Amino acid sequence: MHFSKMGGKSVLLVWVALSALGGCTKNASDSASQSAATAGDDVIKVGEVGSMTGAEATFGISTHQGIELAFKQINAGGGIKGKKLTITSLDDQGKPDEAATAVTKLITQNKVSAILGEVASSRSMAMAPIAQSYGIPMVTPSSTNPKVTELGDHIFRVCFIDPFQGTVMAKFAYENLKAKKVAVLRDVKNDYSVGLANFFTETFKKLGGDVVIDQSYSAGDMDFKAQLTAIRAKSPDAVMVPGYYTDVGLIARQARELGIKAPLLGGDGWDSPKLKEIGGDAVNGSYFSNHYSQEDKSPRVQDFITEYKKAYGVVPDGLAAMGYDAAKVLADAMNRAKSLEPADVTAALAITKDYPGVTGTITIDAKRNAVKPAVVLKVQDGVFKYQTTINPT
Amino acid sequence: MLELTQHLVNGLSVGSIYALIALGYTMVFGILQLINFAHGDVFMLGAFFGMYCARGFGMGQNSSLGALLLTIVVAMTGCGMVGFLIERLAYRPLRRSPRINVLITAVGVSLFLEFAGQLVFGSSPQFFPQIYRPSFDLSIGELKINPLQVIVFGISVTLMAILQYIIFRTRLGRAMRAVSFNHDLASLMGIPTDRVISYTFILGSSLAGAAGVLVGLIYPKVEPLMGVMPGLKAFVAAVLGGIGNVTGAVVGAITLGLAEELLVGYWAPTYRDALAFAILILILLFKPTGLFGVRRAEKV
Repeated sequence: MHFSKMGGKSVLLVWVALSALGGCTKNASDSASQSAATAGDDVIKVGEVGSMTGAEATFGISTHQGIELAFKQINAGGGIKGKKLTITSLDDQGKPDEAATAVTKLITQNKVSAILGEVASSRSMAMAPIAQSYGIPMVTPSSTNPKVTELGDHIFRVCFIDPFQGTVMAKFAYENLKAKKVAVLRDVKNDYSVGLANFFTETFKKLGGDVVIDQSYSAGDMDFKAQLTAIRAKSPDAVMVPGYYTDVGLIARQARELGIKAPLLGGDGWDSPKLKEIGGDAVNGSYFSNHYSQEDKSPRVQDFITEYKKAYGVVPDGLAAMGYDAAKVLADAMNRAKSLEPADVTAALAITKDYPGVTGTITIDAKRNAVKPAVVLKVQDGVFKYQTTINPT
Repeated sequence: MLELTQHLVNGLSVGSIYALIALGYTMVFGILQLINFAHGDVFMLGAFFGMYCARGFGMGQNSSLGALLLTIVVAMTGCGMVGFLIERLAYRPLRRSPRINVLITAVGVSLFLEFAGQLVFGSSPQFFPQIYRPSFDLSIGELKINPLQVIVFGISVTLMAILQYIIFRTRLGRAMRAVSFNHDLASLMGIPTDRVISYTFILGSSLAGAAGVLVGLIYPKVEPLMGVMPGLKAFVAAVLGGIGNVTGAVVGAITLGLAEELLVGYWAPTYRDALAFAILILILLFKPTGLFGVRRAEKV
């Protein structure tokens, strides 16, 4: 009697567990069957790895929508060499090891001919050696750490790199904000954040400024008051926090709570509507560098914004624009390539010159990086206001 | 001086959050000698229950103490139910199994809640509406004190006193102590042991629920994995104070909070999480009973 009761309960537990798992596999097979249904000789399969879930989910989702929009437009215009582009997207939940598994699966099982992704440098660096070893071209939309493309000659990016981004914010702080003493608060678990903090520090010191304190935290921490109290004691003119939006919101709140009035500075990792949601009023008056501004009046940018809004109902953030440009640059290279063989696509990508993207004119340099200007945005009452454009020298 | 005082204030407030979570850990351990690893995740559920309830009040443009209290009650009730179900479905069937089976089940329940949470709530961080913003300011000049954190500190100490009272002054408490002392003998004496254990889980889990809401209010970012680190830290705090001892849990938690704060503020911010585990290892090596624990003869 007692025994059978227990059996019933375990069955219930197993059922709950299975239905939860069922939920996951269903989603995955949906997108897979979609690509399988359209697969054939007349399509070009492109794989995408992104953080569709996880703490940085807005990065993955925005990028994916940008790519999807670009592919839709290209296919509507007749595709590439008479073939349609299809995208197979895998979620890495924001984990580097999952990103590595996903890219292996895309190449070996889905037989994709090119890879788009990731946003985060840590995850792109987990994927790049794999794409390189299979000789499949990989274009990352927005991984800014310089090491990413150093991992192989099949790895490209369509964004600027952190030495430049760090310079942009250092120049902006020194020249526009007239800051002489700054504090740095970096995320030690994040290659992007550590790199950007280093490049910022280097340039800021070279300009004649002083980095009075260098503190660190780990992504996912909730309490930053210890670091911020130490920073407050040095009364800096600005605080550079080159982390992701997930932590910056809380950091800003706690900084204001402790009475730190200096503006916070950051990089493109801040670009998410969640920054304003979590940070509230505390992020007002802060500045960050980004790939593009929605206020850019050029028809190329405004057309993209209109189309994106029509498709997804929201204004595209910088990552959506980067996803769009990455997809377009890849398609452009495929168009110019002798054949659709990965080696030919790689060769065509390497000589991309003056491609008119929505995030600026894209030219791939010898190190497979894009050389292009950055914009500085100010967070003001819930919107990101354009401040200035800084060109590479 | 100001800097040091500020660090101490910050440390106390982090410590009192650990304390709220550690109380639940230590209660369950006191009765069952089971480390309920899912406790940190129940705390996470508390934050989510609180968040959905708080959203019911709108995105909280007006601050109201009533809304906060109601939210805490909702989260405590929800978590109490979850705690009851966890014990009923996962731990009770294993009451006669070796302790390692129960321990592994606890890890399983914890993972289940974390990943089911990602499926149900989505894994992207969400904003906890600021339903209550104290109107008074406790800052002394440059020394900034968040009134909410004083409230959390007060609540931790009060709950500690209430628990102490329940355990040592009530019939339920006597039954708990009896079950803790010897499960089989207690049941022979006519104590409904299963019910006592259920009460313990309900009580411990509802404390985690309250902690979830308060943390959500102070750090308004909730996500399904937010319970992992605080859960582990609270566990370390409970061990430091002597696991199973209610006063020990609070003292251990506040010690840990202060130690972390001073380490980050003055020495090596990157070692914040390592510190907790270093303490755990040292305590287990040199004083396994913790600061307040008493050695009990091993029953065979």
